[in-house]
Amino acid sequence: MFEYFYKYGSPRHFYDLSKMFVPWLGGICLILLIAGLTGGLFFAPPDYQQGESFRIIYVHVPSAWMSLFIYVVMASAGAISLVWKVKVADALARASAPLGASFTFLALATGSLWGKPMWGTWWVWDARLTSELILLFLYLGYMALQTAIDDRRTAARAGAILSLVGVVNIPIIHYSVEWWHTLHQGPTITKLDAPSIHPSMLVPLLIMAFAFMFYYAAVVLLRARYEILENERNSAWVYELTEQRKG
Amino acid sequence: MNPRRRKLLLSVIFIVAGMGIATALALKAFQANLLYFYSPMQVAAGEAPTARPFRIGGLVVEGSVSRNPESLAVKFTLTDTLEEINVTYDGILPDLFREGQGIVANGQLLPDGTFDAFEVLAKHDENYMPPEVADALAKAGVKLPDSSHYTPP
Repeated sequence: MFEYFYKYGSPRHFYDLSKMFVPWLGGICLILLIAGLTGGLFFAPPDYQQGESFRIIYVHVPSAWMSLFIYVVMASAGAISLVWKVKVADALARASAPLGASFTFLALATGSLWGKPMWGTWWVWDARLTSELILLFLYLGYMALQTAIDDRRTAARAGAILSLVGVVNIPIIHYSVEWWHTLHQGPTITKLDAPSIHPSMLVPLLIMAFAFMFYYAAVVLLRARYEILENERNSAWVYELTEQRKG
Repeated sequence: MNPRRRKLLLSVIFIVAGMGIATALALKAFQANLLYFYSPMQVAAGEAPTARPFRIGGLVVEGSVSRNPESLAVKFTLTDTLEEINVTYDGILPDLFREGQGIVANGQLLPDGTFDAFEVLAKHDENYMPPEVADALAKAGVKLPDSSHYTPP
């Protein structure tokens, strides 16, 4: 089983295989994005309290979910790379960080834009907002570490340890609204009870969440391919590949 | 699994578990500082500071809001259904401020027991629904915050 895993988990096979997946993932993302946005912006009814302003949920909530999900992917890839020295895991972790940082920023920015009219303030230092800001700093710290260390294997190891140290923040972000009094509201969907959102508003939200997921999958593979080329630039297969391209 | 990998795996588990325990202890120690607001019951029990400003959170009691027509001054009562506290405020209220709504006020407790707020924030709850559904629920006798603020075009 491990032989099979090592064969298809090798950078070269990953490079060839991922090429096939990217257009499909990107295409599905585009379809879902169009469906989710038209559903969210045109078909979903306005909220009984917030009116039209609630529609920012269709960007804010999927971004926030992705910011957590990508961090878990990054930390798991870090652990795999530390223990089993899988090179593809290094590339995936490194490729994930800027995407995770972007989604975190998007969640914070959209939340702030919504917070001003609804709460009456752009920003408060409650547990949810503060822990999400720490997540942004973790991503930025990881990226800074990657650029600060020239040797890519050392950088990958240092980054993996940093991402594992930061993983404790993920449950804190998720449960912050339940553990402490926060200005941020409690979970609407990610709880054991039935979602407290009307199905006509929930369906576009879930479509948007899947769209963001496919976006991440497509872009992380694309980025990981470049990371692999860079990591393997001295290997025979990359040399052959560039020779072929030159014709 | 070879011994080297086992050792590495154990150190990964150690990092995550160690950070988890350390953070849990730190958060436990700072528990009081992490509360974004006090509830009226905590204020009544004397848990809130008297010398410095703090935040108080609760529901605006129905029919308790009285505005001064000459200025922005407003008075209302906050409740956590157990205790009540009177709040005075002079300023612009957020969109979501209404009777029955959860709000967070930042200010100071005066000697007479009223809370003098310099900032009022609305706390939104986790419920999202179309106005028609809210109307239907209200007719069925389900208690919802006053939705008169938003009228569909």
